[in-house]
Order: sequence, then structure tokens, then C-alpha cells
Amino acid sequence: MPFDSVESILNTCREQDKPFWAVILEDDIHERGTDREESFSRMKQLWHNMLQADETYDRNLKSASGIVGTDGGRMLDYLHSNDSLCGGFIGSVIAGALKMGESNACMKRIVAAPTAGACGVLPAVLIPCYHRFGCPESRILEALYTSAGIGQVIAYRASIAGASGGCQAEIGSASSMAAGALVQLRGGTPEQIADAAAMALKNLLGLVCDPVAGLVEVPCIKRNVIGAMGAVAAADMALAGIRSNIPADQVFDAMREIGDKMDASLRETGFGGLAATPEGIRLRDRLS
Amino acid sequence: MNIFEILGPTMVGPSSSHTAGAVRIGLVTRKILGGVPVSAEIGLHGSFAATGIGHGTDRALLAGLLGMEPDDMRIPDSMRLARDFGLSYHFSSVSLRNAHPNTALLTVKNAEGGTVKVQASSLGGGRIMVNKLNDITVNFTGEKPTLIVQNIDEPGHLAEIAYALYYKEINIATLQLYRNQKGGYAFTIAETDNEIPQESIETLKELDGILKVTYIH
Repeated sequence: MPFDSVESILNTCREQDKPFWAVILEDDIHERGTDREESFSRMKQLWHNMLQADETYDRNLKSASGIVGTDGGRMLDYLHSNDSLCGGFIGSVIAGALKMGESNACMKRIVAAPTAGACGVLPAVLIPCYHRFGCPESRILEALYTSAGIGQVIAYRASIAGASGGCQAEIGSASSMAAGALVQLRGGTPEQIADAAAMALKNLLGLVCDPVAGLVEVPCIKRNVIGAMGAVAAADMALAGIRSNIPADQVFDAMREIGDKMDASLRETGFGGLAATPEGIRLRDRLS
Repeated sequence: MNIFEILGPTMVGPSSSHTAGAVRIGLVTRKILGGVPVSAEIGLHGSFAATGIGHGTDRALLAGLLGMEPDDMRIPDSMRLARDFGLSYHFSSVSLRNAHPNTALLTVKNAEGGTVKVQASSLGGGRIMVNKLNDITVNFTGEKPTLIVQNIDEPGHLAEIAYALYYKEINIATLQLYRNQKGGYAFTIAETDNEIPQESIETLKELDGILKVTYIH
């Protein structure tokens, strides 16, 4: 059975003197009865699919509803011609998240990570590392294993579905996974990975799933940006040696409890929150 | 969940339940029908009816009927492709009793005149469940090799099916029996761990009282 806690992953890292990603890889080989080569080639395919999805973004496309699209291009233009507040790296994280979220809304091919609605978070942080810092592909794949291991524990202890746990379960989970991936990529310790995963999710606890007209568009696309930026901040804090006062597993448990208490109108039904604002209702009625 | 259920699938957006799952429903319907579908009457229920157009659920179902997988980049063009491939279609909103919010009801015909009615739900994360086959309640996902035998409801057919599988050392993972009425039509559905050879399927087809054998893999 896959790991049911980050604590047990950390213990395995210590006992076997192995990095976080290697423990997850070995567990995958064991769980699916496969070998290292098959597992790596499958992960590599997912990574290539993420890269391809980023490269084939079409800045002129609008979604079927006509509500979203073209903002990724707008952000890129701004970054090229202005001295942005966020600077180059964070700027490209923002643009990357918008691009992927919009591609998803426009029926282009993406990689659910962990869901389609949150597909922009991981590539938004990993692709700029790959292009700007020249991270070798093998390191990116290791980071993806680490992120998947964190996602597995979240799925076991809480949920990765907006209908069950609200947006915290989608963007929050993706942000936690991305934070761990970044610490892995920058050579942090397994404990720092756990702290980053905990801090990124803590900052998004309570986030509700309130999509306008029930579509994966508003506010989903821009929340990918926040998930990605929060992951970068959490990773840098963890790498600076800042600890999460609440351990990762307990943060995941808290997310489950919050999700359970969340009203059904705020769990992907399109009846509450932003979906129920006058403008949200106007957009919905315009479509039907 | 294994790590590739956390990362992945690679899919055409925007929604794993309303798009990727809908493609799988179309695809499993095509496999159950057998041959090339030429007409499809598609009913959308619940959330599929309410938000289906914005999620491309209609295009996704058609894409599956055309044989595409959830990562096929032609999914957005499936309406045009359906016309190119001679598949006529019609969508409507339906209200089904006791159905999951994301459910579709498809009545499809192939070029040979064969027809099948499939009711299936998208459960989330791209996973699906077939709920009804020709109005008879069933319960299978199409993820494993699946044998669907339509037979007359009389003694012995289950033993024949079990023997045909045992004879080729095929392990049955799940087994379900359904019928419309006593002595009427019955479905025997077996999900198996290994692929079933064509020879076993041909053997079953020749038996008295067995009306139709469909194999999905």
C-alpha cells in the first residue's frame, strides 16, 4: 500500500538514507509491479506532455463559453515590455499558470496534476526552472516523483476532488505538491520538502470551489497562479530553514475536516460564492 | 491511488469528469456496439445537461463514439469528424430516475443494423461506470477485459461461461448476473484479469440459448 503519511516517508528516507523522490519511485515499482525503467519512462512522458501543452498555448483562443482565454498572452506582453513587480522568474510562473489553465478551458491537451482544474500549478513552477535555471530533465523527473508522493498522502488522508473538499483540495493540493517538488529540485532535505508542502497548503486551507456557471474557468484559472506563487514562496521559506509549526500530515487532516464542514454550495456545484454573485449569475444565464 | 492517478491522465480539457469521462463513455459504448456507429441519439442528464456544453461533454461523447481516447487532440473537432465519418447524431436533455448527476444515455446503431442502448455515469477523475444496458441494470467500468453475454434466462449458461474461461485459465475478477424477468433475457457480465482469446468467444457464441457475446478490452 502507498504511504499513508509524510512522516512514514520521512522515516523511510532516514532509515534507508535515500532521497524523498527515490522512496516514492521504489514504492511505485513495488505497488504497480513494474520496474524502474517503465516508471521513469511514464513520468518522462507526462513531463513531455506538460512541456508540449505549454508550448502549444494559443493566445488567440477563447473557451466555448467565451468567458476566458487570451490572458496568458496579455501577461507575456506585459512581462516583455515592463519592469514587473514580481520580476522575471515569478512573472513567468504567473504566465505559465494562466496559459495552462486557459489551454485546459479551451479543450487543449493538458496533464491533470492532480486534477484538470489545477493542471497549471506544477508546470508553472517546473517549466521556468527547466528553462531559466537549466535544471536537467532527470532532476525535474525526481521532483515530479516527490510531488506525486505528497499528492498520494493528501488523497489518502483528505481528498483531491473539489466536489469533496472544495478548491483547497485541488489548487491547495497542487500547491503543496509543487512546493515539495521545488525543494526537491533545489536540493533540500526530505524534512524541508515536508515543511514546504505543509506551508503551501496551510496558506490555502478553507478555499472553496465556487465556479461560475459550473465551468472550470472562473475563478479556477487565476487560482492556478496563486497556487503556483504560493508554492514558490513556501519552497523558499523551507529552503531558508523556516519550519512549519504544524506538520504536513496534520495540515492534510485539517484540510479534510474543513472540507467535511464546507457547505455543498461551495463544493463544485456552482451555487455559492463567486458563482452566486450577480455577475456570476449573469454570466451563467447568458450561456443557457 | 498510484502515483500516475495523482499525476495524469494526460487529457483534453477542461474537466476530468465532464470531458475525459465523457470520452470514455462514448468509447465503451462503441466497443459494446461493435463495428462502426452510424447514428447516435444521446441524452444528457443532470450536470451533463446543465454544464455539458461548456465542458465539451457533447463533443467528448461523440469523440469516444468515433473511437478516440481522452488524450486525442481531435476531440474539439469531433462534430465535424462525425459528419466526415458518416455518424449522424442528436443530443437532448433527459431526466433519468435515480441516476448519478453526470450521466449519459446513448442509443447507437452500426452499419450492420446492430443497435445498443447504454446508460453510463462519469464518477470523477475520468472513471466511469456503465449502469444500464438495453434498459437492464448492470454495473461495470470497462477498465478490465469484460465479457458481456446476453442469454435466455435458463439454467446452465453461467456454468458454460465459467467453463469456457476456466478452460483457457482465465481468472474472473468480478461476475454479475442481471435479467429483465424470469425466463426472459439475461446479461452475464464477467470482468477478467487476463485477455480472453477470440476462440473462447466464438465457442460461446455457438451455444444454444446464448443470443449475443460482446467482448470489451
